[in-house]
Amino acid sequence: MPGPGSALTLILGVILLWLLLGLAGVFFPRNLHLVSRVLFPVGALGALALAAAALNALGQSTHSLILPLGLPDLPFHLRLDPLSAFFLLLLGAVTAGISVFAAGYFRKGEGTPPGLQCLYYHVFIASMALVLLADDAYAFMVFWETMALSSYFLVTSDHTKPEIRRAGFLYLLIAHVGAISILLCFGLLHGSGDYTFDNMRSVQLAPFWATVAFGLALFGFGAKAGMLPLHVWLPEAHPAAPSPVSALMSAVMLKTAIYGLLRVLFDLLHVQVWWWGVAILVLGIASALYGVVFSAVQSDMKRLLAYSSIENIGFILVGMGLTVIFQSYGMHSLAALALTATLYHCINHAYFKSLLFLATGSVLHATHERALGKLGGLIHRMPWVAWLALIGTLAIAGLPPLNGFVSEWLLLQAFLFTPNLPHPYLNMLVPVAAAAVALAAALAGYVMVKFYGVVFLGQPREEHLAEAKDAGIWERAGLIWLAAGCIALGVAPVAVIGVIDSVTGHLLGRTLGASATGWMFLTPISAGRASYAPFLFLLVILAVWLATWLAVRYYYHAGVRRAPPWDCGFPAQTARMQDSAEGFGQPIRQVFEPFFRMNRELPTPFDAAPRYRVSVEDHLWYWLYLPLAKVTDALTRVVTRLQRGRISVYLMYSFATLLVLLLFVQ
Amino acid sequence: MHLPLASQIINLLAAILLLLSFAMLTQRRILSLINLFAMQGLALTLSTLVVAYSTGQHHLYYSAALTFALKVLILPWVLHRLIRKLNVKWDVETLINIPATMLVGIVLVILAFNVALPISQLAGTITKSTLGIALACVLLAFLTMITRSKAVPQVIGFLAMENGLFFAATSATYGMPMVVEFGIALDVLVGMVILGVFFFQIRERFDSLDISHLEKLKEE
Repeated sequence: MPGPGSALTLILGVILLWLLLGLAGVFFPRNLHLVSRVLFPVGALGALALAAAALNALGQSTHSLILPLGLPDLPFHLRLDPLSAFFLLLLGAVTAGISVFAAGYFRKGEGTPPGLQCLYYHVFIASMALVLLADDAYAFMVFWETMALSSYFLVTSDHTKPEIRRAGFLYLLIAHVGAISILLCFGLLHGSGDYTFDNMRSVQLAPFWATVAFGLALFGFGAKAGMLPLHVWLPEAHPAAPSPVSALMSAVMLKTAIYGLLRVLFDLLHVQVWWWGVAILVLGIASALYGVVFSAVQSDMKRLLAYSSIENIGFILVGMGLTVIFQSYGMHSLAALALTATLYHCINHAYFKSLLFLATGSVLHATHERALGKLGGLIHRMPWVAWLALIGTLAIAGLPPLNGFVSEWLLLQAFLFTPNLPHPYLNMLVPVAAAAVALAAALAGYVMVKFYGVVFLGQPREEHLAEAKDAGIWERAGLIWLAAGCIALGVAPVAVIGVIDSVTGHLLGRTLGASATGWMFLTPISAGRASYAPFLFLLVILAVWLATWLAVRYYYHAGVRRAPPWDCGFPAQTARMQDSAEGFGQPIRQVFEPFFRMNRELPTPFDAAPRYRVSVEDHLWYWLYLPLAKVTDALTRVVTRLQRGRISVYLMYSFATLLVLLLFVQ
Repeated sequence: MHLPLASQIINLLAAILLLLSFAMLTQRRILSLINLFAMQGLALTLSTLVVAYSTGQHHLYYSAALTFALKVLILPWVLHRLIRKLNVKWDVETLINIPATMLVGIVLVILAFNVALPISQLAGTITKSTLGIALACVLLAFLTMITRSKAVPQVIGFLAMENGLFFAATSATYGMPMVVEFGIALDVLVGMVILGVFFFQIRERFDSLDISHLEKLKEE
């Protein structure tokens, strides 16, 4: 077995390969054939190699390296430890599928030339890998910003449309506000030493400053992850970007923020305070509920998925909050359980969300429609995409034996142990949180029924949907890879937890040790409390399905008949009679009315040409963002008075500064 | 009394430099301003030569030659050609009146000497007392730039500021490394070329070289 050093070398080699692929794209910007048939598939192979190297490095000791790049006397420090290896594994495994899909996705004449897309795409994934490897604040920030910028260019690849430029600007703005916060956090963490993470690990901060550093990290990484008050860029940027990019951003980029938060919380900070965990938990629950309620009322399929990403980030944050709470009370094995659920959900979300985003990409290409109200019945026209998307839909809805179930189950298991906490208020309040999480998980199922039902089932709502073509071979391959991942992660949780154990062992010093009870049963704490056998589940489901199918096929009526459907007394049934996306979301809109800022236009019953219009907006945008924008605008006006347009006045400014500095130095 | 003589000469040249700075601050005519600038360059060359001779630093001879070529010959020649081409031999008007400018200048000189005092005491070079004068030259040149409203005098102010900096470098540290000096010389030359292009552009756009026209460029 090769050592950790060679794994790091291989990973760096893959990163270099990606950068070279990007450069090759620059030299042939309009050569679609080269970009899609050579560069993207080679990038996918590189991603696979990276995943293999990361998997290999997971069980081994950490390995550091100093790259002779960067500023003089300030080289880039890199370090491969189990935490970064786990997220690199996620990055490589998911990116392989997305790159293969992207090979079939980019077309001529759509926004940025394919060669440039190739450059941004590969710089984006390379910078994400380097963020995960960085071992000093300087390198981390450089790669973090590279990641933000390259993804900005990917988001605005269709930059001729003003709303896409607007979405890109919003994304860049919030990314930078978050980056400033992260920078300040590192500024606190380094104490009086240098900016390497090694030094930060040894610094002992006073409790107050540790709390401030935690707050800054939560704000900065939360902005990237789409945590509640900072989520507004997500539903704008994800629909604006091309689908492989939305998939990459949602699946991997949000996880780099989770990685950063874990790194600061459990590696760089030397203490954890219990109420930090409560803060993360509350924000996580708020994000989860808010995301799922909003995704229920969306009528654009990519916006729906974007809100669902907010919800899943909420789940991940909930798990992280529980980890901090358990860890601060010294309940290490429960902390390991919560952290396992967190990491498991990270990789699950990466798989099923990228699968669904890519499926919407295929639908978008086949129909040129994003609005749910204009889709429908695509399962007949695009069977491959529809069936593969079904796997993703079931996984994200949290149904066994797919992967979404495992992590949500683990998370709820962790909640069940909170009565052991030595804090009375927490004891009482945390079950409420568990109920909220269960509610969000159930609503996620509702949302996914809406998504799948409206897009793929029923009758086509528009004429031209009849001409929709199924996805090409490359797109199919990418989707199959991700769908297979969803199944494998769901069926073999013991193996996955074996992988995650090396991360929890590294961060918390304790592992779940679930593999001790054999590969068949997953028993997080003890067999007496709860266990789960996904493989048996799968077998039972398959058996039931097979029995039903055989019974229907050979016993009830042999052979499939195509006949006019029972018409319910309506001789002419049209596609408009189906439940619409708005109609399906209406109960949620009623129940959770205070969440929304609604603008409705209801026609009277006597209206000859009735028109129904509803727009659902976010309260936070009006309560938080617009006032902030107004204050900024007013401050800018004050500062603008400095700009006189006269050179002598400008010279006077620098002259005065010079004099003041001279006097100050004296 | 070899060294005291050299330092006396340098002090004399420094005083001349300061005097010329004041003269530039109050000079109304562009043509005379260019001549004053050339004289300043000459004084700078001489002082560098004296420092080079008295300390035996050979590279200072080269830098003196460079200064002579650039600041006494080339730049004044370019400027002369420029104002002939632009046809701007009119009087320059100052923004605030001359006596007030002079008074402000004197305040600046006092300030510069006070600021430079601790540094001069530390410096072990024979030219240490001239650091304050160099700083005063820089500040006076800056003031020249501020008080002018035409483009060409502003550029001359900018070049004079560079003179002051160069003098500070020779007086405090026996000159900078040769590479740096070459770089700065090139910068000054290139800057001059670019500014010359700007002059023509400004005149074409506004029919005058009065930079107060540039106020219109401000975003409302």
